[in-house]
Amino acid sequence: MKKELQVSAIKNGTVIDHITQGQVERVLYILNLSDYKDQIYFGANLDSKKYGKKGIIKVSNKFFAPEEISKIALVSPTATLIEIRDYEVTVKKQVEISDEIRGLVKCVNPNCITNHEAVPTHFEVVNKDEIVLRCRYCEKNTGKTNIEFV
Amino acid sequence: MKGKSLISINDYSKSEILQILDLAEGFEKQPRQPILSDKVVSTLFFEPSTRTRLSFESAANQLGARVIGFSDAGTSSAKKGESLKDTILTVACYSDVIVMRHPLAGSARWASEVSPVPIINAGDGANQHPTQCLLDMYSIRKTQGKLDKLNVAFVGDLKYGRTVHSLVIAMCDFDATFHLISPAELKLPSYVKQHIKDKNLEYHQYLSIEEAINKVDILYMTRVQRERFADPIEYENVKNAYILTKDQLKNCKDNLKVLHPLPRVNEISEDVDDMPQAYYFQQAQNGVYVRQALLATILQ
Repeated sequence: MKKELQVSAIKNGTVIDHITQGQVERVLYILNLSDYKDQIYFGANLDSKKYGKKGIIKVSNKFFAPEEISKIALVSPTATLIEIRDYEVTVKKQVEISDEIRGLVKCVNPNCITNHEAVPTHFEVVNKDEIVLRCRYCEKNTGKTNIEFV
Repeated sequence: MKGKSLISINDYSKSEILQILDLAEGFEKQPRQPILSDKVVSTLFFEPSTRTRLSFESAANQLGARVIGFSDAGTSSAKKGESLKDTILTVACYSDVIVMRHPLAGSARWASEVSPVPIINAGDGANQHPTQCLLDMYSIRKTQGKLDKLNVAFVGDLKYGRTVHSLVIAMCDFDATFHLISPAELKLPSYVKQHIKDKNLEYHQYLSIEEAINKVDILYMTRVQRERFADPIEYENVKNAYILTKDQLKNCKDNLKVLHPLPRVNEISEDVDDMPQAYYFQQAQNGVYVRQALLATILQ
């Protein structure tokens, strides 16, 4: 049977594949892609052998910085990042959460100093599977259901 | 440990904690030791405190240090909108160590990151109060002759009480068995219970003091506050189970001591004060020796 691409190929840019079902819009939002002027293709609820259903985003002429990749990992730890140059895959890797997250995520504790003064947030990732971030300052945990980006 | 800030009890190792407690014993025997007469201690209290501020100031005075600071944020530049960072950087110009209490959690850690002089956390919101933990441990060791393998009961609000969380975690290093006495609404948070389990130690949960009092060496009382309950009727139903009375001490172990971080409201009836088990005012006194030891360790 002929294998068809579910979303068009790109010449140069990044493919974010295997996005957790329901998280495509959130990934677009956290990467500020609503203002991006070049081509973006995206698909949701696509068939996936590995995960059943998945999302995918293809961004032409855009390569992401490590802190942007960390953001993707926080909302979709299953995502794969593929960099394409002249239709060739040059990098393919699973997104990964770093041991520490700095300046990306708000602390869930309304009484934390980081929510009142100009203090960059700083979390230790205490559980990478469940995504649990422990605030270096107030010592409270922020979980994946209440992650809000700075 | 010279120059080392104390923000959370976890910042100090077991051996460092024991070193402070040993030094505090020396200050209890001889409180007036003017070994810091060339030092200035700042006490920045952005929210009110009686015991902690006065005992730090008493400790600094006993050591011959000068004390500057404020006891009300309304009299500081914070009221004008100055950031905590700017306040700390300014006060650090005038002093060798900063003792601070602040209503926001994490404020002390932030202060320690920007300050060129060490910070001692005297309470940051609902987060940490490590010198209370040190004086609690000193009081436990002094009354029991040891810290290892004790049966320690915590009574009352175990959910929100920061002193309870810190002391439970610290006592895990000394193989304590924990007896947790609280209403269902105010149980110890699961992350603290998980810490006990991770150390392969035991905890038992009860709904009243009577169920546990004859098993324990230390009874650590805290206040159950009406505002913690969504349903006021529920508070009325349970409040008396967490008030310690003289009669309840009839069947206790001979070595039992009752501790309380104070202030007390009604959770220990006043007739307990004259019982040999009552130790909460001596506990407050011990706070001076422990804070002397801490200031001496950090500044000498």
